Amino acid sequence: MDSKGILLQIGPFTVRLDSCIDVVNQSVNNLYADYNFFEEASDIFTDFYIRIDRPNFYRGYLRSQVQCYVDGITPFKPLPIAQSYPFFEWGLNWIIASHVHYYLLIHAAVVEKNGHVLILCGEPGAGKSTLCAALASRGWRLFSDEMAVIDLQTNEVIPCVRPISLKNKAIDLIGKLAPDAVFGESYPETTKGTLSHMKPMKESVLRGNERAFCKWVVFPQYREGSKTCLTSIEKDQTVIKLAKNSFNYNALGSLGFNSLCDMVEESHCYEFEYSDLNEAITLFDKLAY
Amino acid sequence: MNTQNPLIVSVLIDPKTSLDLNLQQWDLLIRQARRSGVLARFGFMLERNGLLADVPSVALKHIQSTQTYAYQMAMSLKWEIHCIQKVFDTLEMPLVLLKGTAYTVANNVAAAGRFFSDVDILVPEDRIEDVERALIHWGWKATYLDAYDQRFYREWMHEIPPMEHMQRHTTIDVHHNILPRTGRFCPNPKLLLANAVKVSDENAWVLSSEDRVIHSATHLFHEGEFDHGFRDLSDLDLLLKEFNSLDNFWENLLKRAEELNQQIPLYYALRYTTLILKTPIPREVLDDCKLWYPNGIQREIMDWLFCRALMPNHPSCDDYWTGFARWVLYIRSHWIKMPVRILVPHLCRKGWLRLTEQEDH
Repeated sequence: MDSKGILLQIGPFTVRLDSCIDVVNQSVNNLYADYNFFEEASDIFTDFYIRIDRPNFYRGYLRSQVQCYVDGITPFKPLPIAQSYPFFEWGLNWIIASHVHYYLLIHAAVVEKNGHVLILCGEPGAGKSTLCAALASRGWRLFSDEMAVIDLQTNEVIPCVRPISLKNKAIDLIGKLAPDAVFGESYPETTKGTLSHMKPMKESVLRGNERAFCKWVVFPQYREGSKTCLTSIEKDQTVIKLAKNSFNYNALGSLGFNSLCDMVEESHCYEFEYSDLNEAITLFDKLAY
Repeated sequence: MNTQNPLIVSVLIDPKTSLDLNLQQWDLLIRQARRSGVLARFGFMLERNGLLADVPSVALKHIQSTQTYAYQMAMSLKWEIHCIQKVFDTLEMPLVLLKGTAYTVANNVAAAGRFFSDVDILVPEDRIEDVERALIHWGWKATYLDAYDQRFYREWMHEIPPMEHMQRHTTIDVHHNILPRTGRFCPNPKLLLANAVKVSDENAWVLSSEDRVIHSATHLFHEGEFDHGFRDLSDLDLLLKEFNSLDNFWENLLKRAEELNQQIPLYYALRYTTLILKTPIPREVLDDCKLWYPNGIQREIMDWLFCRALMPNHPSCDDYWTGFARWVLYIRSHWIKMPVRILVPHLCRKGWLRLTEQEDH
C-alpha cells in the first residue's frame, strides 16, 4: 500500500495520496499529468495526507463503498466506490478549507489575464465553474475553479490549479466550446448530479507559482434566456458577500477582514447575469484589454 | 511499545529538541500535534522559549495557522462568557467556569492555544432549574430531546443536556458536579463551590488552583474516549508546573484530593504526567500518594493501559495494543461511572445505535 503513494505539488500545498483503488491513481496520473510529482525524502514536508480506500470488508466489498481518510481520520460518510476519484477532490477541498488559516480562502473560481485576476464568486449552481472553464479554454490562465487563495500579507491571489469540476449540462457545453479539452471519467448520480473533471491547461499548471493581484470581483448568475448583463455593485456590499462565501473568514478575525477590504478596495466589483457563454467570454476579454 | 517517544512528546518535554529535526520529522510532528489538539499550544510554547524563528517556514505556517484560529476562538470565548455573565447577573449568582474556559479566564499557561467546543459551568444543584430557565429565556435551547437521553442526563449524569444558543450556535454544559451521580467516587460539589475563587477584573469565578488540577485529573481518568487524552495530560502538566510556585501547593493538593474523594485520579495524574511528560513533581509528593494505590499488579495493568491510551491520537503513536487499551479503558470508564444495572442496558443501546448508524460516535 505504501509503495503506491503519490506525492505532488498542488498550488501552494504538497499533497500525498495513497490508494489501493486503481482508478483513483489513474485519474490523478491522467488529470494531474503536468504537475510536479515527488519521491518521498527527508527534505520533503508534506502538508496533507489523503487515503482513498475501501473501509472494511463489509462496506468495501459487500456494499461497494469507499472512504476518504484524512491523515487517518474519517470526516465523511462513505460513498459508492464509483465515486472514488471525486472523493479525493472533495476530500482535498475539505482539508484545505478546514486547515489552512494562513491564507484567506473564498469559495470562488479564479482566472487571470494580462497579470490581472478575475474572481468569480457565487453559490453552487450559479455557473462559476462553467464560466471559469470557458474562460480558461479561451486563453485565460486558470488559478482555481474552487477557491480564491489570498496571501494575508500582500493580498496577492495564489494559484491553486486543479482539474475543473463540471456538472450536468456544463460538461457538454464546455466539450463543444473547447473540443481540445481533456476530460476525465464521467460520474453520474453524485449528490451534485453528473460530474466530470476537465484537465487544466498545461500553461496554467506550469505557471502555478505566478501570483497576481485581483482586479475584478464578479458574482455570476446563469439564467436561461437572459441577456449578458454586467452591473457595478458597491464595494461594501462586495466585502460582505465575499465574507459570506469565505471558508475561513471567521477563523481569521481581523486578518481576514483587513485583507478582504484591501483586496476589494483595489478591485472593480460587478454582478453578472448570462446565458450565452460566447458573449460572456467576449465581454470579459474586452474588460481585460 | 515504542521505546522512543513520539516527536510531539519529546518537544513538549523539551521544546529545544525541535531544533534538530529534519523536514520529514517536522511533517510528522505537525500531524501528531494537530491530531492530539496541541499544535497551537506547541506554537505558543516555542514562542515563550524564543524558538519560533528556528522553525522551517513550511512547518511554521501550519503552526501559525492554528495559532490564528486559537486566538480567534479565545476572542469569541470572551464574548460568549460576557453573554453568559449577563444571564447570571439576572440570577444574582456567581458564574463558576470549569476546564478550558476556566484556564482562559484565569489566564493559565494551559490556556494558550487550547481549543474547546463548549463552555462548562458549575452551579449548585438546587439552582439548576433557575439557570436552565434563564438560559432558555436568553436564547439558549435544550438539545438531546429524546426521552432516553433526557433521563440519562437528568437522573444519572452530573450535568443537564448541553444547551445551544440559537443564534451563535455555541454550547454550554451546565454541571452540578464533576462526576456523574451514579459514580462511585462522586465528590461533594458544595466543597468545590465553597473554595471557588473570583478572577480579578472579571465577573467570573473558577475553581481553586488545587481543585482545577483535581477536576482535570478526575475528568481525564474517568474518560472513556481518548481523542483528547494527550492534550488533557498536557493540561495537567502545564497546570502543575504553573502552580508549583504557589505556597504549600503540593501539600494542599494532596489534602484536597482526600477531602474530595479523588485520590485515585490525582494519583494517576501525578504518575502519568511524570512518566510521559516528565513533569517535575517533588519526590515526597509522589511517595505520599503511592499510599493511595498499593496493589502492585493492578498498578502494572493500569500503567500498561494508560501509557498506551494517553499517547497522542495519531497512528504513528500507536502500537499493536493501543486500540485494545483504549477499548478496555472505555469499558472501565463506564464501569466506574455507572452501576451494572444501568451500565449494561446503556451500552447495549449505544452499541445498537452505532450498529444501525443512528449515532456517529
